[in-house]
Amino acid sequence: MSTPSEPVMPPRITPPAEEPRVEGAALAVEKLNAWFGSNHVVKDISISFPKHHVTALIGPSGCGKSTFIRCLNRMHEVVPGARVSGSVLLEGDNIYAEGVDPVRIRRRIGMVFQKPNPFPTMSIYDNVAAGLRLNGTNRVSVLDAAVEEGLHLAALWDEVKDKLRAPGTSLSGGQQQRLCIARALAVKPEILLMDEPCSALDPIATGKIEELIYQLRERYTVGIVTHNMQQAARVSSFTGFLLMGELVEFGATGKIFTNPKDSRTEAYITGRFG
Amino acid sequence: MKSDSMTLRRWVNRVALTLTGLCALVTVSTLFFLLGYITLNGIGAINWEFLTQLPKPVGETGGGMANAIVGTAKLLGLASLIGVPIGFFGGIYLSEYGHGRLAFWVRYASDVLNGVPSIVIGIFAYILIVLPMKGFSTLAGGFALGIMMIPIAVRTTEEFLRLIPASVREASYALGVRQWKTTVFVVIPAAARGLMTGILLDLARVAGETAPLLFTALNNRIWSHGWTEPTSSLPVMIYTYAISPYEDWHRQAWAAALVLMLLVLVVNGGARILLPRRRETA
Amino acid sequence: MQRHFDEELKQLRDRLLAMGGASEQIVGKAVKALVERNLALAQEVLREDTAINQMEVEIEDLCLNLMARYQPEAKDLRTVAMIFKIVNDLERVGDQAVNIAERTVDLLKEPLLKPLIDIPRMAALAQQMLKDALDAFVNHNTEMARDVCRRDEQVDHLNDQIYKELLVFMTQDPKTIIRAMDLILVGRHLERVADHATNIAEDVYYLVKGTTIKHRLAGN
Repeated sequence: MSTPSEPVMPPRITPPAEEPRVEGAALAVEKLNAWFGSNHVVKDISISFPKHHVTALIGPSGCGKSTFIRCLNRMHEVVPGARVSGSVLLEGDNIYAEGVDPVRIRRRIGMVFQKPNPFPTMSIYDNVAAGLRLNGTNRVSVLDAAVEEGLHLAALWDEVKDKLRAPGTSLSGGQQQRLCIARALAVKPEILLMDEPCSALDPIATGKIEELIYQLRERYTVGIVTHNMQQAARVSSFTGFLLMGELVEFGATGKIFTNPKDSRTEAYITGRFG
Repeated sequence: MKSDSMTLRRWVNRVALTLTGLCALVTVSTLFFLLGYITLNGIGAINWEFLTQLPKPVGETGGGMANAIVGTAKLLGLASLIGVPIGFFGGIYLSEYGHGRLAFWVRYASDVLNGVPSIVIGIFAYILIVLPMKGFSTLAGGFALGIMMIPIAVRTTEEFLRLIPASVREASYALGVRQWKTTVFVVIPAAARGLMTGILLDLARVAGETAPLLFTALNNRIWSHGWTEPTSSLPVMIYTYAISPYEDWHRQAWAAALVLMLLVLVVNGGARILLPRRRETA
Repeated sequence: MQRHFDEELKQLRDRLLAMGGASEQIVGKAVKALVERNLALAQEVLREDTAINQMEVEIEDLCLNLMARYQPEAKDLRTVAMIFKIVNDLERVGDQAVNIAERTVDLLKEPLLKPLIDIPRMAALAQQMLKDALDAFVNHNTEMARDVCRRDEQVDHLNDQIYKELLVFMTQDPKTIIRAMDLILVGRHLERVADHATNIAEDVYYLVKGTTIKHRLAGN
């Protein structure tokens, strides 16, 4: 045996590209602070929600994630004593600029809440049509089309198409939550925010909603708050970890869950928190 | 030891259960006793004549209370016209918009008003309407009853609107719906049944008021025309007839009581049947 | 219920198969370079292994990502875990091809020691095993997986034969020692390829059935 004449050195291997492709931010948050009275719950958070991606915010209870997401469509100020500083840029325009009507912002940034909250006196149809109707659309053909599209997008159409006149509250919890998603989508928002949308649902219903969230990213930019980090891992492309009102870490979901940079993030996602 | 404490617990349980059952029984039986007693005494005097005729002059038997029944209806109608809108909008203000100092004072004032003795409200109406107009009238009576309705209407409206969870309002706001539209098209319909019940209870309460009417509507043994003449009303008639020395009037007082009670029951029960039930979220 | 996890799992599987194909091919190329005494082809093998190494890193990363994000259970878990292992074997197969190519570069500096008969046969066997193991993976075919494991002995046997035959050459003529040693090593590298194919087949069996046939645990 002779030694090879020249040592064979293969070229260096480049590490795989982990960052999902991003085409600009749908929502850019800069130095956002939020208070309840004198209680400072969101501290200097800057983050951007990439277009057509699901961005998840995780963190323990009381970390300010729900408050934070409610600041993004000006729902925070609905609560008496609530205050916000900083800016949130929607397509480059600050939604907290002077003279901006929060009602108009909410039409562009929809929201789904923790507990399914269909309007109690309304039928399935009326629930989905409510946003348009209450904003002045009354043409039946327009409403019919919007209701059907909303229910399709929320993957509920096949289950309710024969009972659109039944009360919204007659549906199961998971269906009610999808009804609420349909209702939010019917007003054609650009961004959909979700505040722990599965916390009141059983695992099967949760699975369905998660699938739905994953599919929605093709048409919307989705922001989701969850204390279920597996859920964040399953549905999102980007994940932010919040702790005590501060953003500890933000990055591609695969990266956060395999190799987080911050030891606090690691402690939280591995369940060694506290 | 363990079995001892179990025995004790069983006994305490039995005693508590018996007591609560007893109290429930007393409540229900009082109502039924009242209903039964009034029915028993009143049913004999109720007939077509009683419902359609005017009172006979003193000393003659027979006659009826048609003027008092119509008078009560007119008084309640006028009272609702005054009390319901003010109370309703006041309640909406408190529940949907009132967070500051003003709300505190509105709520406080309505509570105080609720505590004012009804006779004082009668005097108030007397000074405000009867004296300037120089005469007792349906208007004055209706005004007094209307004032009495306000605080309850405010509080029941506020309470029933507050029962609608904040999540329902938030759902509407999050769709970019303005607050007033949310209130009118989402919150109020959701609370409609409760709101109606509250108003009817309010109406039932003032329907039996006598004291404020003595200073305002007074009484009348014949038809009262328009709104500016004194009018007869069921509670005042009951009062007048019950303290009279005539046996026939006593019977008619019982009958009037029965009619008043049935009026309240029918309005209440009818509303409960007709109004759509609010569907509970599953 | 539809799961987007299935989509990602399919992508992972496709990438593994692409890597499997590349590994099969590179072994074939290495043996061809040896048999046809083609230096250029041998050097090509050295270059192509880099691509396989790159794939290994990527697939490993993808596996970790899927495990972290979806917490797969049962068969899903076995699939991801076995892919994680199979990738390792495939990468080693690539390395064996590189080793063969390196021996070839040496061997080409001297004349042919003897016509190659057993080595091409062994290479054919090992390559077929590798191909069948990957087919068993695609089709979840446990019979085929078992069959691959059984064929490992034939390869071992051929390897022994090559070794003994070349030992005779070396004892008779010391000048043949270097070339004979190179050929013995080639035999050994091919035998390793067959071993990796066997490992993959065992993993496939475990993936499908959830029980192992390693170390004769299946009693076969």
